[in-house]
Amino acid sequence: MFDIFPTAFIFFAGALIVAIAPGHRLRSAIALLIPVMAAWQVYNIPEGVFARAEIFGQTLEMMRVDKLSRVFALIFCIAAFLGNLYAWHVRDRVQQLAALFYSGSALGAVFAGDLITLFFYWEGTAIASVFLIWARGTIGAYNTGLRYLIIQIMSGVILLSGAALLWRETGSIAFDKMTLGSLGTWLIFISFGMKCAFPLMHNWLQDSYPAATVTGTVILSAFTTKLAVYALARGFAGTEILIYIGAIMTLFPIFFAEIENDLRRVLAYSLNNQLGFMVVGVGIGTEMALNGTASHAFAHILYKALLFMSVGAVLFRTGTSKASELGGLCRTMPKTAIFCLIGAASISAFPLFSGFVTKSLIVDATAENHYTLIWAVLVFASAGVLSHSGIKIPYFTFFGHDSGLRPKEAPLHMLLAMGITAFLCIYIGVNPDPLYALLPYEVEYHPYTMNHVVAQLQLLCFALLAFVILMKTGLHPPEVRAINLDTDWIYRRILPDIVMSFGRGLGAVWTSAGQSAGMFFGDFYKWLEKVLGPETGVSGVRPVGTMTLWVSVLLSISLVIAYL
Amino acid sequence: MASSVSLSEPIHHVALSLADQLPILQIIIPFITAPLIVFLGVRQLAWPLAFLASVLCVVTSSLLLKQVIDGSEISYQLGGWAPPLGIEYRVDAVNAFVLLLISGIASVVLFWARLGLKAEVPERSHALFYALFLLCLTGLMGVVITGDAFNVFVFLEISSLSTYVLIAQGCHQDKRAFTASYNYLIMGTIGATFFVIGIGFLYMATGTLNMADLADRIALQHDNRTIQAAFAFIVVGMGLKAAIYPLHLWMPNAYTFAPSPVVAFLSGTATKMALYVLLRFMFTVFQPAFLEEVPLIEAIILPFAIVAMFASSISAFAQRDLKRMLAHSSVAQLGYMMLGIGLFSHTGLTATVIHLFNHGITKAALFLGVGCYVFVVGGASYEKLKGLGKTMPWTSAAMVIAGLSLVGVPGTAGFVSKWILVQAAFEQGWWIFAFLIVLSSILAVAYVWRMIEALYLASPAEGAMSQEVPFLMLLPLWALALSTLYFGLFTDITLGAAKAAASGLMSGSSGMF
Repeated sequence: MFDIFPTAFIFFAGALIVAIAPGHRLRSAIALLIPVMAAWQVYNIPEGVFARAEIFGQTLEMMRVDKLSRVFALIFCIAAFLGNLYAWHVRDRVQQLAALFYSGSALGAVFAGDLITLFFYWEGTAIASVFLIWARGTIGAYNTGLRYLIIQIMSGVILLSGAALLWRETGSIAFDKMTLGSLGTWLIFISFGMKCAFPLMHNWLQDSYPAATVTGTVILSAFTTKLAVYALARGFAGTEILIYIGAIMTLFPIFFAEIENDLRRVLAYSLNNQLGFMVVGVGIGTEMALNGTASHAFAHILYKALLFMSVGAVLFRTGTSKASELGGLCRTMPKTAIFCLIGAASISAFPLFSGFVTKSLIVDATAENHYTLIWAVLVFASAGVLSHSGIKIPYFTFFGHDSGLRPKEAPLHMLLAMGITAFLCIYIGVNPDPLYALLPYEVEYHPYTMNHVVAQLQLLCFALLAFVILMKTGLHPPEVRAINLDTDWIYRRILPDIVMSFGRGLGAVWTSAGQSAGMFFGDFYKWLEKVLGPETGVSGVRPVGTMTLWVSVLLSISLVIAYL
Repeated sequence: MASSVSLSEPIHHVALSLADQLPILQIIIPFITAPLIVFLGVRQLAWPLAFLASVLCVVTSSLLLKQVIDGSEISYQLGGWAPPLGIEYRVDAVNAFVLLLISGIASVVLFWARLGLKAEVPERSHALFYALFLLCLTGLMGVVITGDAFNVFVFLEISSLSTYVLIAQGCHQDKRAFTASYNYLIMGTIGATFFVIGIGFLYMATGTLNMADLADRIALQHDNRTIQAAFAFIVVGMGLKAAIYPLHLWMPNAYTFAPSPVVAFLSGTATKMALYVLLRFMFTVFQPAFLEEVPLIEAIILPFAIVAMFASSISAFAQRDLKRMLAHSSVAQLGYMMLGIGLFSHTGLTATVIHLFNHGITKAALFLGVGCYVFVVGGASYEKLKGLGKTMPWTSAAMVIAGLSLVGVPGTAGFVSKWILVQAAFEQGWWIFAFLIVLSSILAVAYVWRMIEALYLASPAEGAMSQEVPFLMLLPLWALALSTLYFGLFTDITLGAAKAAASGLMSGSSGMF
């Protein structure tokens, strides 16, 4: 059918096998095999456009392979593999299916060469991923899943409307670089922004990721937002507004992350913060910045997954991910603690860890393009990341005050998944050249200069110092059980309240109107019945004489008319 | 004998194939089968024979329609006697279409009657019932197919006489069927008498009874008083049979007390047949040119069509019995058909012909549904229908579909005909009529709603069990209900035939061959 079997279809075919395969071990093995096969295909596929399909006079391009889509596809395959390895113990067929469909859709979207294909996979990621949230089985997770689904589907619908408008305007549905201006491009931009968790559209992320299952969160964290980053890099590279949006995204989650108690939600906020770096990179749009975005997405997926894995393992063993209930777990979960530290070091961009070699590409790109203020924001945000993700997560989980919990070490497959991820984080940090070779553009960048390393260490050390001082003086916000209000409070509380009270008012008016109308029509009906009922002359039975009379009347009229 | 025969050529006696005999087969099959049933006297054979005959009629009429749908005509000479002296059967798009409608509804109703009749007519009367049914079918189709004016009267009487007896069969349920039938007998006889008086006048003035020949001769003497009087008598006489307002007064009672299969058959065919004769005489015998000189259309047909649309709809709304409601609604729907004639245009006649067909199947479906209700609860008053939507879901669902078609909801057959009627009104620039059509449709919503309200919104009687009619009774009902949907979505057949028919009518008679 196609010249190349689309990568997404490998996942879908695998999902079909998983759907009927007996035994959860076999299913897990298939789920591990599929990403490997896909990665193999992605790695070897030549650049070009494949798997075209004609539909409604439009050409769909299912496989548009270039360096940008390839690097994202590769990391998606790796993330799918690691996520599925981490989820080896899961017996729930639905989750396994959802994970495969989800990662397959994300890959399909990355390779989509036109907006229609993109739309289908865009919605595919939304629908498949919600099952990872619902699989938790709690009422809260169900409601969260619904909210998540509504926003994700809405994003898809907006994308489709934008694509339709764009098609009417230009006659093309190709998914290429766009410039903001017309309504169509704006709609597409907003649709991407919703998935990318732009400020004020970000709440679904912090709402849903901590609500998913232990393994579900790991998988969720890899795809949706990075897909959006890819879509932005493809469609809106060099759009200046993205720089400012990205800068805000790096800043505001820091404060929420600092006070948040649920560690998975802390990670969700820091995910938002990391996305900000990538969005800034897209906004600058130079070759170096886009390289930075792609490589940062690559590294970010790994260390974010590693952090979610380690917190997930704790949740898996202890049943909680609340900072206030955890602490001192390094005694019984040392390996998990080490992996968590590696993840923390990577996200904080310590030299020799992956974050260092990728984030600096973006930060230096801002400096190079003379966005001084943005540069300062990014540097500040880097320090903030260290504080909430680099220190807070491992400190309150594995060190800090002893919670008295003595859980077992994480299961082997989780350790294995974390180990591989941790290895990749360090490998990229030590030897960035293989990653650089994958990037969309030629890289002429050396992260390990004296100047660069020292500056970064200074930043990190002072941030550490600040944390220590804050802890010692008791100024650091204590970890308490509390719910932090984010802007989603507006649409989760105030808006429904307004709508409900409006609805009640309308209902009262409607009821009274209905009653009076009912009375009026009831009377009218009785009157009609009296005037026209079967007993009356109009509708009743007539004797033959009347009928004959009418016949003769009509005949007379007819005759008169005919004679006239 | 075949269509290409002309008077100027000597007639050679060539062997005729069966296909050439189709016009007479159409009539002779039920006509022979009816006495056969009586003489055999075997009750078990009555239904199969009757059903077989009706199915054969459907086959012949479809073959006929296939031959003439392109606008051609078939002329068949009875006994080889050439018209105008001999009797001629003449088939064109208009009557082939009506033949198909009549025979089709007859087969569906007969299929239903095998089980459904038992509830209303005792089994000892069944053989006679089916014989009369076939005679009625013969008469209806004979009226439609013949090209001889007096032959129309003969077949009309065949159908009428059998109809009186069929209606009186309702006496097993309600003795009032006798009076209803008797009233109808008087009115029907008056109508037939008027009609035959009109034919007599025509014969007096022209000396011929062949329709095509009549047309040629009438065209020469438009101002002849005898012919004008004949026109008035024929229109009023046939109008009475067609139950056009205000000549409809016999109809509600006759329909209410007759057995359901009879009503389903008559409502779909008898009034349609009368309307066809009206069309045939007005447009083929008297010709459009004559109609323009005698302003009967503007003075009688158009105003009463409008009155029928409203007055009968309101009457239908006021009824408390579903059967009676449907009878009144039939008069209202006939108003639409009369309006199509009254608009006096190609589109208007298209609307009349297509509504004739669409309303025929719709009403037949509704009355069959009524029959199903009578079968189960023994009556069709709204009081008895309460909650049957829950206990008889399949019947009620079909009734809703047919009811929607009666209203003219888009996607149903009723919509197609009303839509064309509205178009015809706009074509003439008479937007007020278009408005009135829509307005009266709202009344149709109201009276159909009363049925739905009784079926679905009222709660069933205490202890009512879910009791659906047998599958073999649902099948014809659903066939008709689904065909209203089919002809609402795919209008190639109906609209094509109706357009061909309207063209034929508007161009007047093609005269003798």
